[in-house]
Amino acid sequence: MTSGGPGTEPGTGPGVQRRVLVTGASGMLGRAVAQLLHDRGYLVRTLQRRPVDAPWESMQGSVADPDVAAAAVEGMDAVVHLAAKVSFTGDWNDFVTTNIVGTRQLIAAARHEGLRDFVFVSSPSVAHFGSSIVGAGAGAADPALARGHYARSKAAAEEIALAEDSPEFRVAAIRPHIVWGPGDTQLVERVVERARAGRLPLLDGGRALIDTTYVDNAAEAIVRGLERMDHAHGQALVVTNGEPRAVGELIGGICAAAGVRAPGYSVPGWLARGAGSVIEKAWTAAGARGWVKDEPPMTRFLAEQLSTAHWFDQRHTQAVLDWTPSVSLDEGLARLAEHYRRQ
Amino acid sequence: MQSTLPQPWPGVEAHWRRTLAVPSTSAVDGPGASRHWHFLDNRDDVLATGMEPVGTLLCVHGNPTWSYLWRTLLAGATSPETLAAGGPWRVVAVDQLDMGFSERTGTFRRLEDRINDLSDFTAELGLTGPVVSVGHDWGGLISLGWANLHREQLAGVVLTNTAVHPSGFSLPPALQLALHPAVHKWGTTTSSAFLRVTHGLAQPALADDVRAAFMAPYKTVSRRAGVGNFVADIPATPEHPSWAALDEVSSGIRTLDVPALMMWGPKDPVFSDRYLRDLAARLPQADVHRFEGASHLVQEDRDIAAPAFAWLAANCLPGSVVSTSSTTEASSTTGASPATGFVPMLAELDARRGDASTAVVDMLPEGGTRSLSWAQLARDVDDLAAGLRELGITAGKRVSLLVPPGINLTTLIYACLRLGAVIVVADAGLGTKGLSRAIKGAGPDFLIGIDRALAGAKLYNWPGTRIAAEDFTPSTANTKKAVLGVAATVPQLMANGRVVRLAGNAVRFAPVDPDADAAVLFTSGSTGPAKGVVYTGRRLAAMRDTLKDTYRLEAGTSLVAGFAPFALLGPALGATTVTPDMDVTAPRTLTATALANAAAAVDATVVFASPAALVNVMATAAELTDAQRTVMAGVELVLSAGAPLGVALLEQVQQLAPNAALHTPYGMTEALPVTDIDLPGIRAAGAGNGVCVGTPVSGASVAIAPLDADGAVLAEATTGAGVTGEILVSAPHVKERYDRLWITEAHSSYIPGWHRTGDVGHLDAEGRLWVEGRLEHILSTPAGVKTPVAAEQAAQGVAGVARAAVVGVGPLGTQAAVAVVETLPAVKRAGLAPAGLAAEVRAASAAAGVPLASVLLIDAMPTDVRHNSKIDRARLSRWAAKVLSGGKAGKP
Repeated sequence: MTSGGPGTEPGTGPGVQRRVLVTGASGMLGRAVAQLLHDRGYLVRTLQRRPVDAPWESMQGSVADPDVAAAAVEGMDAVVHLAAKVSFTGDWNDFVTTNIVGTRQLIAAARHEGLRDFVFVSSPSVAHFGSSIVGAGAGAADPALARGHYARSKAAAEEIALAEDSPEFRVAAIRPHIVWGPGDTQLVERVVERARAGRLPLLDGGRALIDTTYVDNAAEAIVRGLERMDHAHGQALVVTNGEPRAVGELIGGICAAAGVRAPGYSVPGWLARGAGSVIEKAWTAAGARGWVKDEPPMTRFLAEQLSTAHWFDQRHTQAVLDWTPSVSLDEGLARLAEHYRRQ
Repeated sequence: MQSTLPQPWPGVEAHWRRTLAVPSTSAVDGPGASRHWHFLDNRDDVLATGMEPVGTLLCVHGNPTWSYLWRTLLAGATSPETLAAGGPWRVVAVDQLDMGFSERTGTFRRLEDRINDLSDFTAELGLTGPVVSVGHDWGGLISLGWANLHREQLAGVVLTNTAVHPSGFSLPPALQLALHPAVHKWGTTTSSAFLRVTHGLAQPALADDVRAAFMAPYKTVSRRAGVGNFVADIPATPEHPSWAALDEVSSGIRTLDVPALMMWGPKDPVFSDRYLRDLAARLPQADVHRFEGASHLVQEDRDIAAPAFAWLAANCLPGSVVSTSSTTEASSTTGASPATGFVPMLAELDARRGDASTAVVDMLPEGGTRSLSWAQLARDVDDLAAGLRELGITAGKRVSLLVPPGINLTTLIYACLRLGAVIVVADAGLGTKGLSRAIKGAGPDFLIGIDRALAGAKLYNWPGTRIAAEDFTPSTANTKKAVLGVAATVPQLMANGRVVRLAGNAVRFAPVDPDADAAVLFTSGSTGPAKGVVYTGRRLAAMRDTLKDTYRLEAGTSLVAGFAPFALLGPALGATTVTPDMDVTAPRTLTATALANAAAAVDATVVFASPAALVNVMATAAELTDAQRTVMAGVELVLSAGAPLGVALLEQVQQLAPNAALHTPYGMTEALPVTDIDLPGIRAAGAGNGVCVGTPVSGASVAIAPLDADGAVLAEATTGAGVTGEILVSAPHVKERYDRLWITEAHSSYIPGWHRTGDVGHLDAEGRLWVEGRLEHILSTPAGVKTPVAAEQAAQGVAGVARAAVVGVGPLGTQAAVAVVETLPAVKRAGLAPAGLAAEVRAASAAAGVPLASVLLIDAMPTDVRHNSKIDRARLSRWAAKVLSGGKAGKP
């Protein structure tokens, strides 16, 4: 295996002289990908909504804007496209604009500029239709069946991206599953905040087995997707740590790392899924009236994620990428604890 | 005609459907009549293979189904496996006239007509070359009628849930009602009750679309006329017009000398096991497979296609060996054929007819003993054999023995061996349900039991003429005999034999064929329904010789038989045998006092006991008096088989029996024993991947069949050190075959010369065997195939863990490993282990090479009934998979 950690010396890696655009670099994963590429000697440019402080060229703007997209790909060799609207709720049109239109614009710009490689960062939820996933491979994305606005829009975008794949313009979709790590606002912060507030139940005793991905591993897999484009193009690859754990144990581990009490009570999954639907609708309605601004405490999608098994067969992914995760789950939790200690 | 068959039917290719106009010569039709047939035919599929068909399967459905029933055979006939095994088969599955999508003739066609119809059809179709007839339900009878008339091209016979002789035939209550003259027309024709009841027999239930396909040709009253006529043509009495035709078929098949296969669903309420036994008697060459749990529509309940084509390849291809006896082909199991030095099981008993020393002792529950000398035992065995013979128990008859171990059972066993009768021994520890299944499967001609067993026989309708093991008290004898349906009692039969002997008539017994079946012993049922294992006299004798040679059990040895399978060998070994006072259905009821008392009764030198029994003996050892301890000091050999024993327990046993060599042989009902190891050997072996069970016993060889990445067994045998795979054994005392489980037998003897044990393990450089678990318990993880035993032992080293089982969840090749842990004290509710314990178990298991995805706690492990010690990991795995996908953590 040829995986290189983030510690590789600048300018000495396999990416010397290759110019790569990374979109969505203000998020935890986008930032990690840009950093890893930079560390491996790629010439990195990032595009994101918010300004970032980074030792590489960065642009601000929306991928859905054709002019921004054209400027962003100019002079590049490859694109890693992470920019997306990620939320459990929100207006469908917003998801269409960022996730579907944005992807289409960026691909059009890249093709126009004559770029050769395009890594589309996707999500296993594009092929998760509410039932358990037990040791499965990456199924086909299906916008009609995917659950929730985010998954549905990502499914449509992935279909669009992979349809463009050809020997001249190579597209690979990498689907990291539940990415977490220090500084993560999507999973870790939510878990910790809710646990601290005492409003985080386990569903069905937290026994559902789920795969997750430590952020460094997800970043490595995405970079490997670029480096192994010969093998990966045309495919959708689910990436995880390959260490399924019971969700209760995982949440317990995160809480322990952050120094907060783990959830002590359990709610039946069916109840949470039902309640999630109701809360989700109420929250959306309230949000439309400006009464609430944050994410709802429970949604049907989240309830499904927390009460059904979803873990994957990683053999094909690891063979295609010629890669294995470098940070184990337990090591990841230790780094998370270290992060909270320093805060 | 084709337009009436909407498509698609699930499992049916459109191009299989054909129709044919057939000139009729049947008596019911006038001259010049022609009938329109619909049938399924895979002719085009065979053509597409570019190969010549090796023969044709002519499939005949019963009532009220149609050719749809045979769709899996049509599909399987050109499968890659079938082609590789010899070539494609053509499959022609007819819809009988007035049935399915064939013509509604408006006539009442009787059995004779239907057999003739089928002959008309095959003549018009121009069916040439070898043909195997295949039938189900009343179609079985018709297919056999055709077979009788076409012997020149008949290559084999395949039958599924059918009957050729309806003596004692009775319909289940639901159908009896439907067929009552008052409602018959309504039940079969006017309504679709008969169809719906028949389809409802499927186990598990039919899918909606399959049910609809079965119903499709019978949607209207007019289309159901054939269904009603078929039922009315069942000849229940000799006066029935179709009786003569039936009689001709059922007697005619006795002279069919082609290979035969019977695949049976024993849950069929109509075509039950009794008809299977009747057919097996008429076609004694038949290979039989009973699919435990399957019912009338066995084709729907189980995959019959793959085994059928495997059987056809082995038996019905040109050049394949035609088996004329059910034992010829199955006896390939073990390679080793002990042609020399055969000493009959009764030899020792015969040699000691004048010996007044003690042969057998029973420890009585109320205290005291009952014993017989060798002379008395030999005499009782002969008297009983003579009495049993008077009742009709002769060579080859099956006799189910439901009698607890002790003198009575010993006498019965040796009397049956004397006669060449086949003893059927199923452990009461199987539980009523398991026992019932086992007895029905073995189909004994006679059933000898204690009161409780006879009550069970009556209640559950077990087959066999009933004989009471003990006399009844005179006041209740007549009532009880009538209530239990008992033909005789053992003491009465023995007395009959004694009268003949005392009258001075020399009783002679014909020599018994050593290669004929002698015993059917049932497995413990720890992995699925208990299986019957057939031993010949020669193989039983080989088991005795192996024990004798391995443990130097000479005449003059005295042994305590606390473990049933070895108990029956005592008199054959020439050893004085004492049966301790215990409930044999629960080994753990053997107390230290009961053991010591039994040992004292015969000055025992050898003790046989199961691990569970030894656990209880040690738990109650404090009760022993000094005198009893002195008796135990005289024991020279303790033998404990059934499940692995820990060194700690053995060391305790050693303190109790300080002068004994402690041996823990490894074996199974199919091969007992396979290897042996003693306490110093266990200590010397130390820790490793699995449980070290030592080296092969006298006469036995052990090899390993390696596994591929998904855990599939490769068909090769190696003795290389360190190769993990399925454990293979070859020995003169390995089973002859499985009973009425042709598919299971074919699987177990798949590697020529070897019996596949279903256990996994490896041999080490010193030639010792290490058992790593059951084949179905291996985990196929992304990191390769893993066996659970070493990880379990490591987990059991963690403080607070009583027992651990490591199971895989998820698809083969990418399974996640999960430890299921029983704690001390046990938890009240199953669920995830607390973080601290989970971390420790994880670390221990990872160190043994198996990283865990999860650690679950459980209140009590599911174990098998016989040994109280084997954990049912398959059940645990299903439970863990359910729990870890968010399901309820109920009982496993």
